[in-house]
Amino acid sequence: MLEQFSYLKEIDSSRTYLIKGLQTIQGHEGYISDDAILAVAEYFSVPDVEVEGVVSFYAQFKRSKPGKYCISVCDGTACHIKGSTMILDWISTELGIRDGETDAEGLFSIETVACLGCCSLAPVLSINGKVYGKLDRKATIKILKEYRNNG
Amino acid sequence: MAEIIKIKVGTASCGLAAGSGDVYDFFKANSKGIPVEGVGCIGHCYAEPMVEVETSEGSIIYREVKADQKSLDNILELGAENRLVIPEKRKQHELLKVTRLAGKIDPISIDEYMANGGYAALRKAQGMTPEEVVDEVKRSGLRGRGGGGFPTGLKWQFLAAKKNADKKILVCNADEGDPGAFMDRSMMESVPHQVLEGMLIGAYATGSDILFIYCRAEYPLAIKHLKIAIEDIKKHQLNVINGKALDIIIKEGAGAFVCGEETALIASLEGRRGTPRFRPPFPTDSGWNGYPTSLNNVETFANIPVLIAEGAEEFAKVGTEKSKGTKLFALAGDLENPGLIEVPMGTTIGQIVFDVGGARPEDVKAVQTGGPSGGCIPKELFDTPVDYDSLNSLGAIMGSGGMIVIGSNRCMVETARYFLDFTHRESCGKCTFCRVGTKRMFETLERIVAGEGVEADIDFLEDIGPKIKKGSLCGLGQTAPNPVLATLRYFKNEFVDHVVDHKCSALACNNLVDIKIDPEKCIKCKLCIKNCPVDAVSADFIIDNSKCTRCNTCIEVCPKDTIHRVEKGEGYYSE
Repeated sequence: MLEQFSYLKEIDSSRTYLIKGLQTIQGHEGYISDDAILAVAEYFSVPDVEVEGVVSFYAQFKRSKPGKYCISVCDGTACHIKGSTMILDWISTELGIRDGETDAEGLFSIETVACLGCCSLAPVLSINGKVYGKLDRKATIKILKEYRNNG
Repeated sequence: MAEIIKIKVGTASCGLAAGSGDVYDFFKANSKGIPVEGVGCIGHCYAEPMVEVETSEGSIIYREVKADQKSLDNILELGAENRLVIPEKRKQHELLKVTRLAGKIDPISIDEYMANGGYAALRKAQGMTPEEVVDEVKRSGLRGRGGGGFPTGLKWQFLAAKKNADKKILVCNADEGDPGAFMDRSMMESVPHQVLEGMLIGAYATGSDILFIYCRAEYPLAIKHLKIAIEDIKKHQLNVINGKALDIIIKEGAGAFVCGEETALIASLEGRRGTPRFRPPFPTDSGWNGYPTSLNNVETFANIPVLIAEGAEEFAKVGTEKSKGTKLFALAGDLENPGLIEVPMGTTIGQIVFDVGGARPEDVKAVQTGGPSGGCIPKELFDTPVDYDSLNSLGAIMGSGGMIVIGSNRCMVETARYFLDFTHRESCGKCTFCRVGTKRMFETLERIVAGEGVEADIDFLEDIGPKIKKGSLCGLGQTAPNPVLATLRYFKNEFVDHVVDHKCSALACNNLVDIKIDPEKCIKCKLCIKNCPVDAVSADFIIDNSKCTRCNTCIEVCPKDTIHRVEKGEGYYSE
């Protein structure tokens, strides 16, 4: 196993903790690389195709490196009927990238998520876990500009 | 003047999203020695950030509090500004039993929980035999709050009966995957000890050895609070049941809706793809790693301490004949007062939407219950009582408690498309009917909202829906067609509008509308021209609908509300 992933050793190596292992790697690296899949396969003693199978099954796992700021646009029911499709459109236009993509500088990436559980503030988005609610176009663009200026 | 004892700031996820973190920091630094405490959610999410002031003469709640000196001064003087007044008609329907302590105590203080009666039910249960506890839960009539509505006591009885098992597993299903539902998040953030107390009582009653909490990774604050609570439980040795210290393990889900289904959840707990399997064997016979396993929902566990403390007979006094107790609903969508509510089973939909939620009858078209597994119920049926069986008979389901109010300006066909978009992506792919069928339904609905539908599409949807339900192994496929079938049942006219007249009466479907500026009212401020991402607005303020992408940017930036969506054909086209 590569030295890079040695922090896996803090986790129990029985199969039941495999998802925990992947989550830990994504927490450190931001995504699951090919090397990470091999490391997890070795550590938990399962074939690497099975690890890939688990990674591809769950929406949480990313196979490419996300931007410094990961924008999650909520498309839960409440947000959807309150116009989350528009929010996504506005962000896409402002940043020049689409859902699931990362911009050229590696600063922003966009993803849609099922529900952030803040339905009473719909429509909402979160950036690196911080939630912004009751969005309209003006508020959305302002948030993006603030992050851009912070670099 | 009444003396201020304590200032409580609501710092659950929705409060934090509205800015209560700054309020807490500011108040803590400037409160002149008065204790400031972070508490959970009292449910009035529309009024966040909220602050409750505990005084010698009762408590006062302030709404939409800001992190500044003016707000703080108003509160320290017990001023009249920004007080939260709960309308009488809301109060008459609400019954706070399970959420009694939510937002009232520091969620991560075991001492505060105990000072308010916490863990007394666990002690009471341990004074009974495990059989008596199971019997108490059975007699109470408590049914699973995750949506299935299976009697909790019966499930526990099955697990308790496995006397010779090496290990028994009790799982708390906290994978609240239904978009539009946040009851479980709120309970875990606000009163984690109550959920854990319910689990410990369950472990005692069933003789379980390992307790798992399978929680969505999207709920970091809930996970944090549960972890702290578990540490405190271990310090107080409350996890020692029958002389044996139980393991309580939090497992983070990884984003798969199907993992709300019990056999899929168990596969995920085992570190595998979350695919459901055929039952039997039922999990209570063979579950996690082959051990007998019982799964219950967060809200079900949160009911247990209440039930044990007051006794089955008292518990069963609330509710309807077949649905006992209270139910939490996450009320959101097109209404004045979205939030978390607790009402007795049997309260009508209309009472919830209008009296509790503050929606105006003329603005509402329908309510959606049960998320992607449920259906839309039209306003005409709002006198239906909310219980498991009444909602089933309407083609909707109780579900876990997400309730989305749909305004009169929303398109029901688009809403149905939204749910199928969700379920076809979340289908695990195991059963052909679910994998292919939901995709075909979704594609058909995409065509209809794009204005390319034909009448035969409606027949197709009515034909394939029931087949998907019959041909699927788990709850996802068995319920995925519900949003479409229920919408077809009550709002068929909207489908017909789309496929025959190619019209969207709600003006929501982008392909069926144009955008137009009202020249009479336009003040020629040029904001629309400046902001249009595709340069569709001409210098003389006419929107070219052949270029326009219907992104609504101009409508949003217009200061005079002069730009509107109109029926297709009413707008200008250059080509």
